[in-house]
Amino acid sequence: MESVGSIIMYWVIALSIIVFSVLTVTTRKILRSATYLLFTLFATAMLYFKLDYEFLGAVQIAVYAGGIVVLFVFSILLTSHPGHSSERLVSRKRVLGLVLAVATFLIAGWALISRCAVMFASKPEMNNPDMKLIGETLMGTGEGQYLLPFEAISVLLLACIIGGVVVARKR
Amino acid sequence: MDITIIYYLVPSLVMFCCGVYGFVTRKNMIAMLISLELMLNSVDINFVVFNRYLFPNQLEGMFFTLFAIAIAAAETAVAIAIIINLFRASKNIDVTDVTKMKF
Amino acid sequence: MDITLPLLILAIPLFMFLLLGLVGMKMSHKLAGTLGTLGMGTVLVLSYTTAFTYFFSGAPEFINAAGERLQYMVFNTTWLQFTDTLVIKLGFLLDPISAMMLVVIPTISFMVHLYSLGYMRDHHGVYEHGFQRFYAFLSLFSFSMLGLVVATNIFQMYIFWELVGASSYLLIGFYYKKPSAVSASKKAFIVTRFADLGFLIGILVLSYYTGTFDFAALTSVPVDGLANVSQVSLGTAESVRSIFENSAAPMFMGASVLTWALVLIFMGGMGKSAMMPLHIWLPDAMEGPTPVSALIHAATMVVAGVYLVARLFPLYIMEPSAMQIIVWVGALTALYAAMVACTQIDIKRVLAFSTISQIAFMMVSLGVTDINFHHGIGYMAGMFHLFTHAMFKALLFLCAGALIHAIGSNDYTDMHGLRKYMPVTHITFLIGCLAIAGIIPFAGFFSKDEILTACFGNSMLWYVWMSLVAGLTAFYMFRLYYLIFWWKEHKVHEGHHQPSDQPWTMTAPLVILAAISCVAGFVPFGNLVTWNGHQMFPGENSFLTNLQHLDWAVAAISLAVAIIAILVATVMYRKENDLPAKFKNALPALWDWCYHRFYWDELYQFITHKIIFGCISRPIAWFDRHIIDGAMDGLAYVTNKASVAIKDFQSGKIQMYVWFYLAGALLLGAITAFCLL
Repeated sequence: MESVGSIIMYWVIALSIIVFSVLTVTTRKILRSATYLLFTLFATAMLYFKLDYEFLGAVQIAVYAGGIVVLFVFSILLTSHPGHSSERLVSRKRVLGLVLAVATFLIAGWALISRCAVMFASKPEMNNPDMKLIGETLMGTGEGQYLLPFEAISVLLLACIIGGVVVARKR
Repeated sequence: MDITIIYYLVPSLVMFCCGVYGFVTRKNMIAMLISLELMLNSVDINFVVFNRYLFPNQLEGMFFTLFAIAIAAAETAVAIAIIINLFRASKNIDVTDVTKMKF
Repeated sequence: MDITLPLLILAIPLFMFLLLGLVGMKMSHKLAGTLGTLGMGTVLVLSYTTAFTYFFSGAPEFINAAGERLQYMVFNTTWLQFTDTLVIKLGFLLDPISAMMLVVIPTISFMVHLYSLGYMRDHHGVYEHGFQRFYAFLSLFSFSMLGLVVATNIFQMYIFWELVGASSYLLIGFYYKKPSAVSASKKAFIVTRFADLGFLIGILVLSYYTGTFDFAALTSVPVDGLANVSQVSLGTAESVRSIFENSAAPMFMGASVLTWALVLIFMGGMGKSAMMPLHIWLPDAMEGPTPVSALIHAATMVVAGVYLVARLFPLYIMEPSAMQIIVWVGALTALYAAMVACTQIDIKRVLAFSTISQIAFMMVSLGVTDINFHHGIGYMAGMFHLFTHAMFKALLFLCAGALIHAIGSNDYTDMHGLRKYMPVTHITFLIGCLAIAGIIPFAGFFSKDEILTACFGNSMLWYVWMSLVAGLTAFYMFRLYYLIFWWKEHKVHEGHHQPSDQPWTMTAPLVILAAISCVAGFVPFGNLVTWNGHQMFPGENSFLTNLQHLDWAVAAISLAVAIIAILVATVMYRKENDLPAKFKNALPALWDWCYHRFYWDELYQFITHKIIFGCISRPIAWFDRHIIDGAMDGLAYVTNKASVAIKDFQSGKIQMYVWFYLAGALLLGAITAFCLL
């Protein structure tokens, strides 16, 4: 049984995720869209904190909110006129999108509910993974340790830095 | 009230559906990219939630999310580079105008 | 015997072919012609040396103590080894008939080479287009023909057999801009190829059961103490026969397998030697240049069939039914060709049918051979006739070439009364006619007389039949002679120059061949070429041997027949009169049938076009065009239409792609969920 504060916390997070997600895709101003995305990401980070993954929540805020959203905002400012809203959606297209989204929701939701036993298991106790453990896991080469993916990611990031520069540079 | 897995999965699902809707309907490529981030994020949530509830003493889900965030950053950087390049070529980032690439 | 000489005999013509064929166009015409002729002259000397060494040196590998001539393999190397038993060898076999051919082929070939130097240019001395090519092909032909006659095994013979066929094709179609020449060459090639199919099957059957291709293993036994020497023996043929009789499939359609094999091999000979019903290509082959007709289609290649039968003679003699077939085919062909020759207008056609008839004589002669009658005189007579016929028929063809060259037409209607204008051609042609008609002492008399003797020894029917054909021969040759050189005065057309004898390169071969035709009959052939190498008149090697051993009863009758025939021809054709027209009107049907060659060509045309093309080929073609091609076209059509139909899916609209992708993924997810949960 969780505390009332925890439950309230949960509802705040869940509602803000739902509301801001919907707003992200429905607002007609692109800059606002990016802002709502930022809120969504913050809510997600809160969720990670609430699930006791503090490191992950910090990374989420630093990388997503601090990095990616800033990137979005810059590119939006580069490519659109501020205050300019996109034209109205063609209704046929909106219907197509809605059909797909609703269908996804129904099918996935049905799949969720049909898995009753797992879905309604209560949260087990867990010690917060401390930084020492995370660091060792990330840098270790043993079983369940992630040095190789870590290095692969570093190569990927290097490649994408170079790629981004090459693609976007002035000719 | 006991907060079980499904309490986290439903907002995640809603987020995913919003991503799908946005990706299919928005014309602006950056808006499409934002929708993509939504979908990615909802998947991240799932990883974390399952890890927390089903395998509390392991860290696979958490690390997967960690790497997914890194890859999402890389992907966004490249995508924005391409978009800016396109914008430079046509002063427009409307996805419906970029149909020449089919050949 | 040294290996150098025989190797050179084969190598020089081959080298000349390659030289003239590859770099001939860079040479002047004169140089190419001279080179070819000199090469052939060298071969002439070498092969004469070889043949004379064989016949007269008396070396132990050529003749044994009992005076019997042996077969000597100068060399025999493995060329292709497929398995332990299936080995194809190339070699050089010396025996009476191959030595004889070593005299015949280079002689005629050299004459033709020399003659062509004059023939293949026009009256102003301009060489014909393709002159060097012509000499290259002549060399190729000489090489192949020599290779054929010296073959040590039946497969080598087959290889060269096809090579002579190919060179014949090339030379018939030498004027490849003339449609008639092209179709004639195709006809010759197709007809002989068809016959060669039989030949090949025969070879395969024969070698399948006997396990060998070698002539030596099929027809002769090795001689003790001497390597590569063997002696013709009926015993071997007998054992070959017993192999067939003891084999699992001794009979097929009422005849033994050996008979079938021999008849099929003979079928190849029928095609090459233009026996009925495969004779239709030879008259058309006259589209080639006349020297080619003289060399290939009169003297050498067309007798290859006779040579083939002679080569396998011990096997044939063991199979009376095969011999009967040879006789019947030969006799019918001889009569048929002689009758047709009486009515033709084109002088080369007359000579062509005459050739068919004379080759049929040789076939009959081989077929009627009885080894107990005068030491198997039929074989010797056939070979003798092959020898003399090659000389006088080449002479006649070369004369015809001279006439055609002078007049510019093949028809005697454009000639008439040429004796004053072309005296040398006239005399030599007359000698050729006398020789072929069988007038003593010219060459044809002796050989034909021997053939008639052999027929007489076999049955009265063939004797009378062949005598009749001999009479017809004399008749049509003198008809031709009179119509060319007499009949009426020659009319020189306005603007044309007067016909005259040709340059020395053309007349010299005529004179030489005429001289040979005069004396060739006196060669004591019975001592040189017999079926088993046994000399017929041992110790008598003078020029009068043939005369002394003449069967005067037969000789007198055949001489009388020939003279009567010549007299009839003289009466009918010496001076212009209406007797020929009367005869023609008296027997219009017969004349028509003869003139149209008994409608053989029309029959073939009907069979091939109406029956084979119409009933078999056309439905197959329809099937191919509509069913097989149609299926392919249908596939292409469906693919095309389907592609066009789904082309619009690739719109370039990324969002639609994503929509379909997500919808598909969702569907898969739904199915999975539905099935698992």
